[in-house]
Amino acid sequence: MQTKLVKNRKDSDKIVISISSGTCGQARGSLNLVEAFKKAIKGRENKISIKVTGCHGFCNAEPNVVIFPNEVFYSNLKPEDAAKIVEATLKGEIVNDLLYQENNKRFTHFNDIPFYKAQLRTLLGDNPLIDPVNIDDYLAQGGYKSLVKALKMEPGKIIEEIKRSGLRGRGGAGFPTGLKWEIVRKQKGDIKYIICNGDEGDPGAYMDRSILESNPHLVIEGMIIGAYAMGATEGWLYVRNEYPLAVKNLLVALNQTRKQGLLGNNILNSRFNFDIKMAKGAGAFVCGEETALIASIEDKRGMPKQRPPFPAQQGLFGKPTNINNVETWADVTRIIDKGADWFAGIGTKTSKGTKIFSLVGKIKNSGLVEVPMGITLDKIVFDIGGGAQSGKEVKAIQNGGPSGGCIPKELFNLPVDYESLTSAGAIMGSGGMIVMDENTCMVDTAKYFTNFLQSESCGKCVTCREGTQRMYEILNNITEGNGQEEDLTLLEDLGKVVKEVSLCGLGQTAPNPLLSTLRYFKDEYLAHIKEKKCPAGVCKALIRYTISVETCTGCGLCKKNCPQDAIEGEKKKLHVIEEDKCIKCGICFDVCKSNAVNKITGKEGVLCLK
Amino acid sequence: MPKVKIDGLEFDAPEKWSVLEVARFLGLEIPTLCYNEGLSAWGGCRLCLVEIGTGDRTKLVTSCTYPAEEGLVVKTSSKRVVNARKMVLELLIAQCPTSRTLQDLAAKMGLKQVRFKPKWEKCIYCGLCVRMCEEQMMAKAIGFTNRGNKLKINTPFNKTSDECRRCGACMYICPVCTVRCEGANPKDVLCGRCENSLQPTCIDINDSYNCWMGLKGECGTCAKEKLTVK
Repeated sequence: MQTKLVKNRKDSDKIVISISSGTCGQARGSLNLVEAFKKAIKGRENKISIKVTGCHGFCNAEPNVVIFPNEVFYSNLKPEDAAKIVEATLKGEIVNDLLYQENNKRFTHFNDIPFYKAQLRTLLGDNPLIDPVNIDDYLAQGGYKSLVKALKMEPGKIIEEIKRSGLRGRGGAGFPTGLKWEIVRKQKGDIKYIICNGDEGDPGAYMDRSILESNPHLVIEGMIIGAYAMGATEGWLYVRNEYPLAVKNLLVALNQTRKQGLLGNNILNSRFNFDIKMAKGAGAFVCGEETALIASIEDKRGMPKQRPPFPAQQGLFGKPTNINNVETWADVTRIIDKGADWFAGIGTKTSKGTKIFSLVGKIKNSGLVEVPMGITLDKIVFDIGGGAQSGKEVKAIQNGGPSGGCIPKELFNLPVDYESLTSAGAIMGSGGMIVMDENTCMVDTAKYFTNFLQSESCGKCVTCREGTQRMYEILNNITEGNGQEEDLTLLEDLGKVVKEVSLCGLGQTAPNPLLSTLRYFKDEYLAHIKEKKCPAGVCKALIRYTISVETCTGCGLCKKNCPQDAIEGEKKKLHVIEEDKCIKCGICFDVCKSNAVNKITGKEGVLCLK
Repeated sequence: MPKVKIDGLEFDAPEKWSVLEVARFLGLEIPTLCYNEGLSAWGGCRLCLVEIGTGDRTKLVTSCTYPAEEGLVVKTSSKRVVNARKMVLELLIAQCPTSRTLQDLAAKMGLKQVRFKPKWEKCIYCGLCVRMCEEQMMAKAIGFTNRGNKLKINTPFNKTSDECRRCGACMYICPVCTVRCEGANPKDVLCGRCENSLQPTCIDINDSYNCWMGLKGECGTCAKEKLTVK
């Protein structure tokens, strides 16, 4: 079997066009691009071939292709570009116009682009080389090499190796993985379970989806290794049903793995039996929490349970269970392959290895970035992300999903590791990183995330259910201009109690957006409460629009576009907004070509930031 | 038998006892709401909080669900615990001011203010009825539906359930339905009628224990002392 695995690792000198076609690529039209390329290479399949891969990680450049072996990167393609690229590539030329461009500089090669250059893509790096529904592609990249290696090791040695690597759970809490495995291994009993937590519910985070749909075998391999190390007999892949491509690719991958004898009875003649089942999540955010996830697999209502007993002692169906995040399982495969020392060599003293963040929000280069732990936020936001869109100033980032915290720009020299983020009031979380610029109101941000959490709380414990609802109520009051100064003390008291008292991780982190914005942006709260001002010009109740007497040209564009007919004025004469009709949608502000519409806030009418 | 230390008292707890059971056995008072001896522990109301651990590494847990483990150090009424309980009760009472059970608890715990807008809801989602129906009546006729701010306790699909035998056990156990408080004042939500005029003050004075006499705040000595000082 091993020789067969090795034989599959063939290198080919054929030109391969790798088309990024994850869920995000498909949304940007990559499927049409695939069709166009198929047409373009017709008759020349012996020289050139196409590969439909998962996500390449660079959302702004979707749909894009990488052409191997020279690693030429073409971005933002349309179907009509396909023929041009194929012709040029066969001649050994490069289509300059379609290359990725940044700051008036064009980049030919994939790894020269600033977005990719500063990254360390140990998990995502193989994505452009792998067709997720073809196990041979994975094998060609050295796939299942780690499993072969692991099956020759003592289970205890594997756990020792994971412990030595310093790997910590990538789901957010950062519990040392090796330790968790050891606890499960030591439990008595014949039946043990392992679970892969792919219930990625954070708005704006999609690294787990990307791994699952682009490189499913990486996760499956990690799970088989883990099962062998812990003596588990059955594994569960818990994936959101909202990720149809991930579900499909995983099912295909599981079937292929079984056919190759890598799952099932007597895996690679090692007398080790293990199989993986799949469970699909029904869309509740709370089911990402370990005990709620277990309840969900057991066909019960997704509600967390008080620990102890921990899942490692009494988990799925009452048996010892180990749950790890998608990224953690993928890391396991790499650690066994390259060794614990390699992994421990990356990162900081307490946080090792790399971490994938989904860099989104008001940033120039949005996408998935995989960076070594300990990198500063500055580097991620400015070097990789290229700063804010259209020349605005970055104000803060929100890290760790809806229950993460906001970190202001002044702290961007903070190294990214579990401890630093927690001390700054945020969490590592699953790795969502939302960039906010000066047009973002921090009170509104806190309100937005608290609103998400109040509707996603399972409702079991009072502090999370009522606490988040009350936090939202008070924040909403403040954004509507009805806040009192004592509200801030109440919010702080309430936030602290919710954090300390709540049953599960959701409630314990739910006050983070509120508490972190209150800590770093108290002046904005006070502006809302005392001066009834929203400095960023977001909270509708506190802003109004006026038209400047000096600059209005009377073009009538605002009048034409106003959905409320709230603008009066004759052609070529000054236009006026009727305040009682205005719903503050801001369309006039956006369409005015002479910058005559002003957004003002507060009683004295201060101009908001443009 | 695991040895635990609870409010300074050392005790060999029988296997599988919870912290709450140990405390009650020792006569230490811990307020509860969603707990009932005949039902499984739920840990939803958060009123039975206690502080466990020593030094800086202490945390708040619900005593009804936490097992009495070997070497566990518990404080049942430290300031941190009492403050957290008060906030929890404040949230509960603002949700449903007409519950006599909640008003009594408020009076007992010395809750003086409710800073949230009253919701006047008819349910606090403590889940007692759901567990009663499932565990004691073996009917499983009701359950939680939806989540977050849309949470309800309901029959499946909001239709009359064939499983329900109309035994009324859910109403019997409900801390809101059975005994309604008529005195709740819409202005400040708290009724306060049942409040004992001799409120113990020892909770405010001692960090760790209710009372230096170990009399769980019921002796009233300190309250009397306070009166005479005035």
